[in-house]
Amino acid sequence: MIFIQALLAGIYQVVQMLLVLAVAPGLVGLVRVVKARLIGRRGPPLIQPYLDLHRLLRKEVVLADNASWLFRVTPYLVFTAIWLAAALVPTFTTALALTATADLIALVALLASARFFLALAGMDVGTSFGGLGSSREMMIAALAEPAMLMVIFSIAILVRTTSLSMIVDFMLDGEVGLRISLALAAISLLMVAIAENGRIPVDNPATHLELTMVHEAMVLEYSGRHLALIEAAAMLKLALYMALIGCVFLPWGIAQPGDGPLAILIGLVTFVLKLACGAVALAVFETSIAKMRVFRYGEFLGGALLLSLLGAIFLYVSTGL
Amino acid sequence: MAFISLCILAMLVLATVGAARPWFSHAHEVVHAGMALTCGAAAVAVLARLAANDSGVETLTLPIGLPWLHANLRLDALSAIFLLAVNLGGCLAAVFGWSYARHDAEPGRVLPVFPLFIAAMNLVLVADDAFVFLAAWEFMSLSSWLLVLATHREDETRRAAYVYLVMASFGTACLLLGFGILAGASGDYGFAAIRAHQLEPVPASFAVLLVLLGAGSKAGLVPLHVWLPLAHPAAPSHISALMSGVMTKVAIYGLMRVLFDLIGQPLWWWGAVLAVIGAVTAVVGVLHALMQDDIKKLLAYSTVENIGVIVIGLGLALVFKASGVPALAALAMTAAMLHVLNHSLFKSILFFSAGSILTATGERDLNQLGGLIHRMPATALFCLIGAAAISSLPPLNGFVAEWMLFQAVLNGPLLEQWELKIGFAVIGALLALSTALAAACFVRFYGIAFLGRARSARAEQAREVDPVMLTAIAVPAVLCLVIGVLPKLAISLIEPVNRLSVGEGMFDAGGHGGWVWLAPASAFGNSYSGFMMFMTILILTILAVYMIHRYASNRVRRSIPWGCGFTDPAPLGQYSASSFAQPIRRVFVSQLFGARDIVDMPAPGETRPARFELELRDPAWDWLFTPVVKLVGWIADKVDHLQFLTIRRYLTLMFLALVTLLVLVAVSQ
Repeated sequence: MIFIQALLAGIYQVVQMLLVLAVAPGLVGLVRVVKARLIGRRGPPLIQPYLDLHRLLRKEVVLADNASWLFRVTPYLVFTAIWLAAALVPTFTTALALTATADLIALVALLASARFFLALAGMDVGTSFGGLGSSREMMIAALAEPAMLMVIFSIAILVRTTSLSMIVDFMLDGEVGLRISLALAAISLLMVAIAENGRIPVDNPATHLELTMVHEAMVLEYSGRHLALIEAAAMLKLALYMALIGCVFLPWGIAQPGDGPLAILIGLVTFVLKLACGAVALAVFETSIAKMRVFRYGEFLGGALLLSLLGAIFLYVSTGL
Repeated sequence: MAFISLCILAMLVLATVGAARPWFSHAHEVVHAGMALTCGAAAVAVLARLAANDSGVETLTLPIGLPWLHANLRLDALSAIFLLAVNLGGCLAAVFGWSYARHDAEPGRVLPVFPLFIAAMNLVLVADDAFVFLAAWEFMSLSSWLLVLATHREDETRRAAYVYLVMASFGTACLLLGFGILAGASGDYGFAAIRAHQLEPVPASFAVLLVLLGAGSKAGLVPLHVWLPLAHPAAPSHISALMSGVMTKVAIYGLMRVLFDLIGQPLWWWGAVLAVIGAVTAVVGVLHALMQDDIKKLLAYSTVENIGVIVIGLGLALVFKASGVPALAALAMTAAMLHVLNHSLFKSILFFSAGSILTATGERDLNQLGGLIHRMPATALFCLIGAAAISSLPPLNGFVAEWMLFQAVLNGPLLEQWELKIGFAVIGALLALSTALAAACFVRFYGIAFLGRARSARAEQAREVDPVMLTAIAVPAVLCLVIGVLPKLAISLIEPVNRLSVGEGMFDAGGHGGWVWLAPASAFGNSYSGFMMFMTILILTILAVYMIHRYASNRVRRSIPWGCGFTDPAPLGQYSASSFAQPIRRVFVSQLFGARDIVDMPAPGETRPARFELELRDPAWDWLFTPVVKLVGWIADKVDHLQFLTIRRYLTLMFLALVTLLVLVAVSQ
């Protein structure tokens, strides 16, 4: 019995890895379509991101003369780190083989590793754009990461764990109820997610050649398969954050260990639905707000940090454990 | 114990060999090889002891010292773990120095003092009475002061050495008074007697305060950190690595010996104070590090940050110990001890890399470097591991300690005092902030120094350093990876320390056993596995590389950089060290440190160059040290009059002093 469970967990893990990889570009495509419709354009087809990735993968890489080995290794490292991170967040079931590998704190650190290498790669060629992107990315991270950790603290105190599967199981039991700290944590996590994924109002994923850009400036020198990997990693990261918000705050539908195939099916369907709702919400939010100046980021993310800290403090005081 | 004493003795002999350099042409080789072997042997000896999970105590009394008090030495688990850090660092520094110190301008100033310095640190760790402890402590301070003065021809060094000497004397004075209170009226300065002597809360708190001032000033706790970034970088790089990576740990040892061993049952607020100071130190240290252009200064400030992290761990352990939750105290203590070992490893890598850069280019200024990854590929690789490890990135070792520390913080609600509950949340936030800022700091350090295009001709012509220096950098880099992937190996060494300091070992992993998982029972049953993470990333990366190269495309064309269609001809257009830090400077630092950018842009047509200057102030200087220095100067002026009295007045003064003392004695009896 235990063997079968372990086997199932392994299979679910592989399914989940393929699933996130398969739906991530579609998610970005959906956001683009909805955004285009909202501002009265027809927009690209839903499968455009898949086509883009396919085209980039087949193209040759144009490397700058002075690019080092670090520049060539980074896309692979960043892609696999974020792919692994996305595979750790329960999407349709909590019975995942790798779930004990990393808890939420390790997940945040894994994303930090990916960011570290990407920022270094941005500085490798030695153009001013790369340095600009890296420098701003690290500034954003310096605020977003602690905010994210404080959100995790709030959740962890409430459910007494930082393991994602256990959080979902606990939330599904419905003992938590509505809590003001949880609301604060949710708002803070949304703000962090927007900043980390480079969405409006912090960064504009559609922009190019503008002094306000962050992520796109950092990866400016990439081309061909390297660019494909980095774009795919960015898409995975968006899917990861949506899955994370979904599994912590809206865990309904996620199958638990021991559930049958029907529950798995329900889990899959609800996951795709959650992502679709998230995409629409993101598109609506992005079209209804203007981009911020770079030096307003500090206030925006500082706000996120303080909100999450406030939430954690409420909980520390109110929970006797 | 006898073996460690022999090692210390061997180091003293090597110091005399070093002093005989003018008459002995192979002194350099003998000292460095001898130190590498002696430190290596000592490290292996204590490693074997710790690995055998031996929490026994060995003592040794040497018939030297004061007539009524022999020199007492003692080796227990707490000494052993620090001996491991000191001797590992010493061994690596000796190997690195074998090649590096050949470039010294005045080797005679370093050679005899280098063994003395390590011997003094070893002696501090095995001291079993306050006399030996303080004498060794002072030896350690003075020998490192002499090492700082190795570059005494630079004005900045002389100032650094002066500030260091003043702070070191201040620290020792505080420790002296602290031990005085600990020993109490009976005046027995043996540690065994101090341990047996239970203090009332008020004198105990005074003793803790004094020890915190004394050891904290040596460790570089804010606001007593000001000497550290001046003194550490002034010494030759392998000595800087020792001072930053190891000597600060000896200070931490002093703190721990008193707080967790000698003083008995702690009060909870000592731990709270310690954790708050640690958190402030971590954030202030890393913000300073982010602003530095001098690589060695940057690393010295980063030491301040890491000491802060260690002290947070100690503070949490003390709080949990005082609150009667030894399992959690052991968790925090393990995190702190692991960080002690980790920091001595990655700080060695980074300071040795800085030494390599200095050897290869003669530059310490980040703004003169760049592109070294092409010309020093091996140094660049090892330094990357060090930079990633110190930024607490998984699956390297820095993250393991960070993870356990966060798990300990998460247990804050278990405590009763509401101050602690709120305080833990804030300390967690500050810890997270310092971690994220450290990553930014080391992206800046590595990106400016090793990546991009060379910013000066000297950086352009850099050559890789020789294999001996590379070995000294490679060994700790490999250890960083090994401890990160299999943290249980290092954690099992810490268990005897836990038993000694907080009364409980911890790592009977809750759900999952084995050496792959890190799942302390005290951490809610949360788990982390560096091994699984490392293997998964490795397999996925190989898979991705294979799939893409096999089925998609593997063609590469070299071309000029794209740069949005504008290729910048001069490397000066790259981001510089200060421009990289500018966003963070604006968000975090402008108010805290009064940072100001002074831009002088000539009008069109003018021929003078544009200028950019950055002004930074350290509030510790402005608010603490400058007023104190002024006050001391003022008092010295007044007291100066006493130098010029007649003999009659001197006698009157003596008489008055005698009467006052007699009155005091009469009143107190």
